[in-house]
Amino acid sequence: MSVPLPVFVAIPLVVAFVLPALGKGLRPVATFLANLAMISLLVLAVMSFGDARVYQVGGWSIPLGINMVLDGFSSLLLLAITAVGTAAMLFSTRYMEQYTAKPKYLTLFLLMVAGMNGVVLSGDIFNLYVFLEIASIASYALVGFGGEHEELEASFKYMVLGSIASAFVLFGIALVYGNTGSLNMAYIARAIQGTGMNAGLAFALSLFVAGFGLKAALVPFHAWLPDAHPSAPAPISAMLSGVLIKALGIYALTRLIFNVFGVSIPVGWVLIALGLLSMVAGGLLAIGQWDFKRLLAYSSISQVGYVVLGIGLGTVLLAKGASVAWASLAILGGLFHLVNHSVYKSLLFLTSGAVEMATGTRQMRDMGGLADRMPVTRATCTVASASIAGVPPFPGFWSKLILVIAAVQAGFYWIAAAIVCVAVCTLIMYLKVQRYVFLGELPEHLRHVRETKGSMLVAMVSLAVLCVFMSLLVLVPSLRAAVLQPAVDVLLEGVNHSTRLIDL
Amino acid sequence: MLYALCFLLFMIGLYCAVVKKNMVKIVIGIVVMEYAVNLFLIMLGYRTGGTAPILSTSDADVATKAVTAHFLAAVVDPLPQALVLTSIVISLGSLALMISICIRTYTKYGTFDITEIRRLRG
Repeated sequence: MSVPLPVFVAIPLVVAFVLPALGKGLRPVATFLANLAMISLLVLAVMSFGDARVYQVGGWSIPLGINMVLDGFSSLLLLAITAVGTAAMLFSTRYMEQYTAKPKYLTLFLLMVAGMNGVVLSGDIFNLYVFLEIASIASYALVGFGGEHEELEASFKYMVLGSIASAFVLFGIALVYGNTGSLNMAYIARAIQGTGMNAGLAFALSLFVAGFGLKAALVPFHAWLPDAHPSAPAPISAMLSGVLIKALGIYALTRLIFNVFGVSIPVGWVLIALGLLSMVAGGLLAIGQWDFKRLLAYSSISQVGYVVLGIGLGTVLLAKGASVAWASLAILGGLFHLVNHSVYKSLLFLTSGAVEMATGTRQMRDMGGLADRMPVTRATCTVASASIAGVPPFPGFWSKLILVIAAVQAGFYWIAAAIVCVAVCTLIMYLKVQRYVFLGELPEHLRHVRETKGSMLVAMVSLAVLCVFMSLLVLVPSLRAAVLQPAVDVLLEGVNHSTRLIDL
Repeated sequence: MLYALCFLLFMIGLYCAVVKKNMVKIVIGIVVMEYAVNLFLIMLGYRTGGTAPILSTSDADVATKAVTAHFLAAVVDPLPQALVLTSIVISLGSLALMISICIRTYTKYGTFDITEIRRLRG
């Protein structure tokens, strides 16, 4: 049975607006409904995985109406969003009891999920912008959800930069519409192939790089992320770092560059430069942090750099006309790292939330010796840290190894060296986390700390199990061909992909 | 020429959002940017002396059941207008959220000056 695509947007949207209508006494019902919505989305995403189809909204034929497209790349992102979203929602069931106004939080959470699902499924660029704004506005509100000094400040900063990014994106969309006369991705791709790039389209592309780069927090545009991600409640930090910056930033940018504008060497080098800068700057800045969540946020910048670097390498190789197998390897590394990062970074943010809830602080200097008091949290955190630092059996190692091999094969030895150096930086920062949070002396005021329980524990353990088994995605050839390769193929097919999919 | 002026408006908004120290002025700068983009979209579909894209009986050629060439040459493009309508609603939503965060921040910090609102560092 094939699932109609608008369901992925409709379920969270409908549930989101039902929740505030439930009264105060029905808070458990609201929580249950929200969890049910996320779980059903996850099931639907798994069911429709591997399909490639187009849905015409309202039955209007394609150039007239809006269309939604599901292909390998969007189903990969859809799976990541719903999996991380389900775990974060389960975690919030218990974690958000410490805040008032939980139904409002659930509403915003589901709106954000609806926006992200819409972004990855949308087949025309204006629709993509609308869903991008839905997800962004919900996330601005969620960052400021605590309503305290720091949260409000971070939320304002995030909102200003996010709104500037949205204005850039809309300006780019207007330029594209003016130059090609269409908003549908496939029609734009065909028009650009026919006429070639002109000054207006090149300017639009640079606006898109700046706009989506701001959303993805690549290094010259990263200023908001280290403030916004730590200030949000922990499950929201997990969603923001885990999937939001990827769905809104990297997915949208990659989709536009590969499937709409077509790859070119300058764009590829811009991506490589942004990726390298983010990797190195994020990695170095993270080591000096003493705030647990702030360290994780800086490390997100660094890890997103890996993803962009892999995709940029693929772009350069494709544009140069080098062997497709090499480009395929680089893109595979980038996308695998994207999926990995969404799992282990959200797990790390959830463990930081559990630690913060138990100890009441985020300062690593005030912690220590929690290994005995919180054994399960410690175990899940170790799995995630080992994975992000690239310790061999864990998935983070394989994705970094693929990126290094791809860089060496393409002859960019210095890029391979940079990847290895930043991997060492990452190892240092997660050893620091282990050393100061879980090992060492247990301070007097933390004697009574208890392990978290209930839904928070379930969410963390299930993500940790997922994290352990992720390596199989590249190691088992049949799984790789079923899960990652379709996404890579979509990007390799380039501008012909969207036109083929809607039968132009 | 008009497009250049529109771009100038966009840059003024961007300048205001990036340089100003007062939170409310930053919000105004962002709104100016959004309006510049809306204006640009409207100008894309504008046609001097054009008519509304509503088909009346006189515009359709009864014999061939086709729209007359005169109609096609005269109507404005309706799509950008629909886009602008959507974009105005979106910017209204984000404006409301921005202003409410400004108000909450003012009650917490007692100032709109972003150089004094600096608790987050590093």
